[in-house]
Amino acid sequence: MTLPPFQLLVDAHWRDVARLAHALVGPDDGDDVAQQAWLQAWAAYPSLTSVTNLRGWLFTVTYRCATDAHRGRSRRAVPVADPSLASPERPAIDPPVTGSDESGVWQLVATLPVRQREAVALRYVADLDHAAIAAVLGTSTVMSRRLVSDALGTLRKALT
Amino acid sequence: MTPAPPDRLADVLAGFDVPGARPPDFPEADVSYAVDDTPIGRMLLACTASGVLVASLFTPNTAAEGAALERLATRISPRVLRRPQPLDAARRWLDTYLSGRRPACAPAWALTLATPFQVPVLTTLAARVGYGDRATYGQLADWVGRPRAARAVGTALGGNPLCVVLPCHRVVGATGSLTGYAGGLAAKRYLLELESAEQ
Repeated sequence: MTLPPFQLLVDAHWRDVARLAHALVGPDDGDDVAQQAWLQAWAAYPSLTSVTNLRGWLFTVTYRCATDAHRGRSRRAVPVADPSLASPERPAIDPPVTGSDESGVWQLVATLPVRQREAVALRYVADLDHAAIAAVLGTSTVMSRRLVSDALGTLRKALT
Repeated sequence: MTPAPPDRLADVLAGFDVPGARPPDFPEADVSYAVDDTPIGRMLLACTASGVLVASLFTPNTAAEGAALERLATRISPRVLRRPQPLDAARRWLDTYLSGRRPACAPAWALTLATPFQVPVLTTLAARVGYGDRATYGQLADWVGRPRAARAVGTALGGNPLCVVLPCHRVVGATGSLTGYAGGLAAKRYLLELESAEQ
């Protein structure tokens, strides 16, 4: 297959890769995860043979980098000075910082179970359909739909 | 049927933004390129990882730029990136040349993008037609041992991947007419006048 010049991918998708990375891992690691994803994509790019959806492929690479960053982070011991931070309501990630979060939606997303949070980020931030989300998460489209609708249900309830 | 009400929550989620985000950095590229506006039009320069210049093309619009990038991706490597720094020397050379001064020596170049017939035509051109000189298509055809191929030589020069660096603008018709140029006849005239003024 003939691959387009890599710069065209960068120009078309770097903002969305950054948005997805931040939505998945929060503001502290978002930039690192996005940069790491681009370096991995760069390294793998010339040997891609069967990828028809390059945008979806970039999001898959970003998702894997985010998962790796999470593992690295959870292995590190985090001293907790404020006991409230260790409460069960503690967000699984730091909520992504966003200028448009007046409604506090992303604060709530950060508290969702990890798979739901990932599915929401892939569905709405990366704008993937359920087939693509299922491929990224290694699950079925039925499960992808359920993860997203459960997440939306929780969010709607919390927001009303 | 009335359309479903807009999903406010979905909109808010989709509107997620990272205002301070910056494009990624890459430590290297198989092909680096830069696009500059010059006195003879918008030009794209490209070099390989080792810094050898492989393209100097007129790209007046985004379609031409896209075609040039596709050509680099297909012929050399798809890992093509916009990185001006590796092209600094070549861009300085072009700047000097286009300001009417004779630059010291041309940047290292390679005919990676050339066709088999273009290679002898363009190397002979570079070796035999110096600054301020002119040649005809017929002469160049003679020099490459294809005396009846003046027209094919014209086509080979028309597709010169290293415009200005390999001076196809110095080749004119048998009557001295400018005939044609990838960057347009005005650019060809500009380059020839530039060189004769320096003499």
